[in-house]
Amino acid sequence: MSVLVFADSTDGKFKKTALEVVSYGKKVAEQLGSNVVALTINAADVSELYKYGAEKVITVSNDSLKTFNAKSYASVVSEAAKAENATVVVVDSSIDGLYLAPIVAVSLDAGYASNVVAAPSSTAPFTVKRKAFSNKAFSNTVISTDVKIIGVAKNSFGVHENEVSGTSEEFSPTIAASGVKSEKVEKVTGQVTIADADIVVSAGRGLKGPENWGMIEELADVLGAATACSKPVSDLGWRPHGEHVGQTGKPVASNLYIAIGISGAIQHLAGINASKVKVVINTDPEAPFFKAADYGIVGDAFEVVPKLIEKLKAFKAS
Amino acid sequence: MKILVCISHVPDTTSKINFTDNDTKFDTNGVQFVINPYDEFSLTRAMWFKEKQGATVTVVNVGNATAEPTLRKALAIGADDAIRVNTEPTDGFLVAKELAAVVKNGGYDLVLAGRESIDYNGGMVPGMLASLTDFNFVNGCVGLEVDGENVSATREIDGGSETLSSSLPIVIAGQKGIVEESDLRIPNMRGIMMARKKPLQVVEATSTDANTTIQSFEKPAPKGAVKLVDADNIDELINLLHNEAKVI
Ligand SMILES: Cc1cc2nc3c(=O)[nH]c(=O)nc-3n(C[C@H](O)[C@H](O)[C@H](O)COP(=O)(O)OP(=O)(O)OC[C@H]3O[C@@H](n4cnc5c(N)ncnc54)[C@H](O)[C@@H]3O)c2cc1C
Repeated sequence: MSVLVFADSTDGKFKKTALEVVSYGKKVAEQLGSNVVALTINAADVSELYKYGAEKVITVSNDSLKTFNAKSYASVVSEAAKAENATVVVVDSSIDGLYLAPIVAVSLDAGYASNVVAAPSSTAPFTVKRKAFSNKAFSNTVISTDVKIIGVAKNSFGVHENEVSGTSEEFSPTIAASGVKSEKVEKVTGQVTIADADIVVSAGRGLKGPENWGMIEELADVLGAATACSKPVSDLGWRPHGEHVGQTGKPVASNLYIAIGISGAIQHLAGINASKVKVVINTDPEAPFFKAADYGIVGDAFEVVPKLIEKLKAFKAS
Repeated sequence: MKILVCISHVPDTTSKINFTDNDTKFDTNGVQFVINPYDEFSLTRAMWFKEKQGATVTVVNVGNATAEPTLRKALAIGADDAIRVNTEPTDGFLVAKELAAVVKNGGYDLVLAGRESIDYNGGMVPGMLASLTDFNFVNGCVGLEVDGENVSATREIDGGSETLSSSLPIVIAGQKGIVEESDLRIPNMRGIMMARKKPLQVVEATSTDANTTIQSFEKPAPKGAVKLVDADNIDELINLLHNEAKVI
C-alpha cells in the first residue's frame, strides 16, 4: 500500500506543481499511515523531491517520453501504480494533468476527483473537496473505489517542506503507443505563462486600445508576472486569445491577481476566484470587481499604473 | 462521417448558485439551463463538418427528462437527431460509461464533447469515454480539421499550442477556438419548428455504478470588504501587498 505521486517535469526540471503534489501526497500518506512514492519521467535530479517527503522515487528514462503524450504517460502512471500497489494516485490539475488522469482512471478502474483544493477531510469514507460551479462553490466528494485518483488544483494545498532521506530506483514500464502524434509545438517564449505565474497582471476594456498595453507589460515585467486580459479584449484582437481569463478562457490560480480596467463580470470572476489576493484598479467605484477584491484603488489606470510601476521599481531596488 | 456530440445540460453562466436539502442538492429554482458552453463550441464545429464536408450529427445527453429542452435546442441549431440516456448523471465515470455504450452501438467516427462542464467542472468524461471505446483522444482542442481518415487537431498547452495528427475514430474535447464565438448560432424559428419533429430517442442506462458521490456542497466563506487605498497613496498599496498579504 502506498501513495503514488506523479511529479511532472519540463526539460528535466520539476514544476512548482510537482512539489505541491508531492507535499499533498505526503499529507495523504500520513493520514493513511502509508508511504509516498514519487514517479518521475526523464527528470535530471530527483533529490529535490525528498525535501517534500518522497520516501521513494521511481525514475523512468525514455526518449519516447521526451515530450508529453497523454496515453503513453498514462500507461506509465498506471503501471507504476500497480507495481507500487498504490491505493491513492496524486497528479496535478494542469492542462496535461487533466488530459492524462481520466485515462489512468479507466485503466485502474479508479474513481477520480479533479481540481481538489484540500487534503482529504476523511479517509474512510475517502472524502475530498473540489471546485464546482466554475469556482462559485465546492463539492465534498466521496471516492468509493479501491484505488483513488486525486487531481490537485494549483496553489490550493501549497508547497510544504518535509525532509526525508529518500531513495531512488529505476523503473522500466511498457509504454503504450499513442494514437496521436505531436507535429508542432508553438510556445510564446521568454514570457511567464499564466499557468505558471505567481503574479498575473490583467487588463480590460478600460484600457481603451491595444496601444496602451505597454504599461501593462512593464508592470508585469517589474513584478515578474504574466499578462492576461478580459474576454472582450481578446475578442477585439487587442491581445492574443491565450491571455483571455475567465469562465470561457483560462483559469488563474496565482498568489496575486491585479485587475486593471476590468469591470468584474461574473464570468470573469469565475476564472480568477482561485487566486489568493486580488487587487483592482478601476475608475468606477461601483464596478463589481470591488466586491471580489482584497485591495482596490478607485482611479484612472492611465494615472495609477505609471505611478505604481515607478514605486514598485523603487521598492524592488531597495 | 458520423458525428456524435455530447451535450451537458448546465445552469446558465450568470446563475446564482444555491443549495437545498442540507446543502446536498443544487437549487434549480429560477435557474435557466443551457447547452454547456464548451459543448456548444464543439456542436458548432460539428455543424460546420455537416455543411461543408457532409456528415450526420447526433447529439447525446446522459440525464433525466429535464435535459430535453437543451437537446431540442441542439436540434434547432441543426443536429439531425438526439439520444437521451435516461439516468441521473451523478458521476463522470458513470456518464462516460453510458456514452461509451452509445458510441459502440452507433458506429460513430468522430465524437465531440466539451473540455469540461461548467457545473461540476470534472473535465474527465471525454478522456474516460475515449479510453472506454479505445478511440484516440485530444483534450482542450482549439482547432480541428478532418480530411478523409486523417485528423489534425490543435490543443492548448501552457503558454502556447500543440498540433497533433491522428486518425479516426477520435474523441475531441473542444473549447473556444475550435470555432470562434462569433460563429455560435442562435436557433431561428424555422430551426425550432423543425426540431420539434426530429427524433429524440430515450434509451435506458446500462448500469448505475458510480465511482464517486457528492456528499455535500459548500460556498466559499464570505470575503471581507475590499480595502480601498487612495490613488495618491500608492506606497500604502505596496506596503499592504508586502507586509499584510505577503505577495510581493
Ligand atoms: C457565456 C459568456 C461567457 C463569458 N466568459 C467570459 C470570460 O471567460 N472572461 C471574461 O473576461 N468575460 C467573459 N464574458 C464577458 C463578461 O460578461 C464581460 O462582458 C467582460 O468580462 C467585460 O470585460 P471588461 O471588464 O474588460 O470590459 P467592460 O465591461 O467594458 O469594463 C471595463 C471597465 O473598465 C473601467 N474603466 C474604464 N476606463 C478606465 C480607466 N481609464 N481606468 C480604470 N478603469 C477604467 C470601467 O469602469 C469598467 O469597469 C462572458 C460572457 C458570456 C455571456
